[in-house]
Amino acid sequence: MIGKSVPRKEGREKVTGRARYVDDLTFPGMLHGVTVRSPVARGRIRAIHFEGEIPWHEFTVVTAKDIPGKNCIALLIEDQPCLAAEFVNHPEEAVVLLAHHDKYLLEEARRAVRIEIEPLRGVFSIEDSLARKEIIWGQDNIFKSFYVEKGDVDGAWAEPGLVVEGTYETGAQEQLYIEPQGMIAQVSEAEGVTVWGSLQCPHYVHKALMILFGLPRERIRVVQAETGGGFGGKEEYPSMIAAHAALLARKSGRPVKIIYDRAEDMVATTKRHPSRTRHVTAVSHDGKLLAMDIDFTVDGGAYETLSPVVLSRGTIHAAGPYACPNVRIRSRAVATNVPPHGAFRGFGAPQSVFALERHLDRVAQAVGIAPDELRRRNFIREGQTLAVGQVVKEKVDMKGLLERAFELSGYHAKRKQFAAANSDSRAVIKKGIGFASFLHGAGFTGSGEEYLASEVAIEAKADGTVHILAGSTEMGQGTNTIFAQIAAEALRLDCEQIRIVQPDTAYVPNSGPTVASRTAMIVGKLVETAAAGLLQTLRDSGLLPDGYSAADFSRACREYITEHRALKSFVKYEHPRDLHWDDQKYSGDAYGAYAWAVYVAEVSVDMRTAEVRVNDFVAVQEVGKVINPVLAAGQIEGGVAQGIGFALYENVVWQEGRMVNAQMTNYVMPTSVDLPTIRVFFEEIPYGRGPAGAKGIGELPLDGTAPAIANAIAHATGVDVRQIPITAETLLEMLEAVHA
Amino acid sequence: MRERARKIRVSCVVNGTAASFEAYPMARLLDVLREELKLTGTKEGCGEGECGACSIEMDGALVNSCLVPALQAEGAKIRTIEGLAIGGSLHAVQQAFIAHGGAQCGICTPGMILAAVNLLARHPHPDDTQIREGLSGNLCRCTGYMKIFESVVAAVGKVEKRA
Repeated sequence: MIGKSVPRKEGREKVTGRARYVDDLTFPGMLHGVTVRSPVARGRIRAIHFEGEIPWHEFTVVTAKDIPGKNCIALLIEDQPCLAAEFVNHPEEAVVLLAHHDKYLLEEARRAVRIEIEPLRGVFSIEDSLARKEIIWGQDNIFKSFYVEKGDVDGAWAEPGLVVEGTYETGAQEQLYIEPQGMIAQVSEAEGVTVWGSLQCPHYVHKALMILFGLPRERIRVVQAETGGGFGGKEEYPSMIAAHAALLARKSGRPVKIIYDRAEDMVATTKRHPSRTRHVTAVSHDGKLLAMDIDFTVDGGAYETLSPVVLSRGTIHAAGPYACPNVRIRSRAVATNVPPHGAFRGFGAPQSVFALERHLDRVAQAVGIAPDELRRRNFIREGQTLAVGQVVKEKVDMKGLLERAFELSGYHAKRKQFAAANSDSRAVIKKGIGFASFLHGAGFTGSGEEYLASEVAIEAKADGTVHILAGSTEMGQGTNTIFAQIAAEALRLDCEQIRIVQPDTAYVPNSGPTVASRTAMIVGKLVETAAAGLLQTLRDSGLLPDGYSAADFSRACREYITEHRALKSFVKYEHPRDLHWDDQKYSGDAYGAYAWAVYVAEVSVDMRTAEVRVNDFVAVQEVGKVINPVLAAGQIEGGVAQGIGFALYENVVWQEGRMVNAQMTNYVMPTSVDLPTIRVFFEEIPYGRGPAGAKGIGELPLDGTAPAIANAIAHATGVDVRQIPITAETLLEMLEAVHA
Repeated sequence: MRERARKIRVSCVVNGTAASFEAYPMARLLDVLREELKLTGTKEGCGEGECGACSIEMDGALVNSCLVPALQAEGAKIRTIEGLAIGGSLHAVQQAFIAHGGAQCGICTPGMILAAVNLLARHPHPDDTQIREGLSGNLCRCTGYMKIFESVVAAVGKVEKRA
């Protein structure tokens, strides 16, 4: 089963329209709910007025006063209110909730609520936050900072060579799952709080609701409906919507559904953290990196949410797959009065990797060697140490990946050919080719997996079907299918005999959040181990013959269950003893495994319109054993497409902390005519601790795509690209500056 | 309270069966399909005709049902994703989407499949440009479209003539 392109487990439901997403569910007597939000970025709430010709007595109205437990959406800390009570700290912050059975009247009512706010001055940029123009969070506007040091950076500046500096910026990016966020809640004395929704992490929602309602674990139940894409956008925000729906359900005594429309989803929910990275690099005349001094800042928005963790991943990835002896990384997440930024595929790494890979092309140029030669002279090898002090114990062959990517893309020939053609100043279309080399760690960082202590159960039924119970969610990336493949392989059964139980906190153990490229590698391994345990039980019982058939297996299950009532195997994550991490020094084995990659982009730039097209894209990566080639390639292709959007098209326009282009018409993601053929290639070096040797891949493609494109644009035009997105407007300005 | 428009009765043919419903004249056909006719396979992604998740066929043309007022459905022949498989047998395009990874999260899939079916009706042997253009009104955030193109190519020549 491993290595086969088994069809998607829930594929038939999806292609027939029978898959049930949250908005497809209705309950008897259900009301619709809406959220009334702050019109300003920061201020003190004076009053709430219910105006207009609205029959207000028919409405369920909820404010902060109606919260039975703590007014917070509990995540790492409890700083974000569920409903603003006294102060608002970002535009579109939720203040009032309304419910009614008529959703048309509800919309009129939403517009008739006026929240009277005495405005306070807001902070809207990393610079203003760092300058502490206003203190808007804690003592100093800093959610979290990290300091990573390897070797002696300050001692290296005096060594012979060059020093190259540069500052790089990345913009916010909207996850833009095509299914907007939504939840349905039901609250009763008998059953407590139950929510059904579009979400990645049922146990995050579960924890937030326990604290909000002041209820014990067993009185809260969270069920994942079919989920139409997440990409991180449904990691933390669903807790907010679940909380709102549940508060309305509690007060009205009826089930309440809240579905965001696209505009609300875009203005109110999380986005990728904007970032600013400053590099100062010492390099020898022959292109050896001597010292890297990296300063990395992300804009966290108004509340802490997941910013410390995003910052952590961005920090650890900031120095890339290179063996530089002296590295210092200083990083921080700062507060601004914009809606909290949050998880988005890559989780901080795409930001810092963009800066590094663009910077290294500039370093190579300063030294006077080819960009690939600079990488080649510094690539990390087995036994060498990454910036965070992790000795690479896996086999790694960055040079091999580079050569293969260059061969597949025709890099060297094109690099020369384009440069020659571009030297004609009359050329209207200029072409360029560029690349990025990078790594991405799979699983929670450092001791994260140890703290998560994920659990998975597998239960065989009397009919011989095997049910996998985990909190890990399917949101399109293939959890159901690969879990089935892993279990089927371990049990020597067909995938059809394996069932995936719908994530429901009342029935499934907590296998941790479905994030961080951890589901296949970490949770998949637990599935494999649990399946092996189940098999062992059957073997020990003497019911299963050697070389058993599916029918033998079913018979053995039936007989075992008749005698023992149930056949269940339960496993809990155990952290490998040889992986060490020091949370204080922020050093050690940051990840159990890394995926390694080289991506090559070929672009053409219309010098009249500054429009960029990506003509070819080659993505070569080493990801351990590939469990399902079609699904794995689909992950990379989709990630590259999002990376192309991040690089070229996706521009969030802010005004006083509010996204003003919150529509699919003016926030532009790639369509089928915008993308090149994305060519995906895997190298497979089995990872000893992954299921059947697999590593995580979900986030990887977001890291290298944008810098490869930026380097290609620099090659085509000579423009020193320092920030993304590189829209036609921004590139036109840069071209004019070059030619001025 | 303001006087609101009165509901009208609309009769049309949906997936080969006569259908009749009451709706406000300017209600979105999308809502009528989902809420009155319980055909929830048609999805809403943006509500402004940009994403194509609500694509359906109306008198043979691919339309965004979020932009079609209910009154316009009077007398129309409508096909939604629910009308594509016959009995338990999937349409060739549906089969191809399963076999070639054309569906990931699945939310764009019903609209995307109808767009592909509509494309193949117009161009039974489409070239790369025709496929890309034929699907350009349907956004997918998961796949990067590559597996969707492969699915369409795989379905070429396998689409049966149907009444």
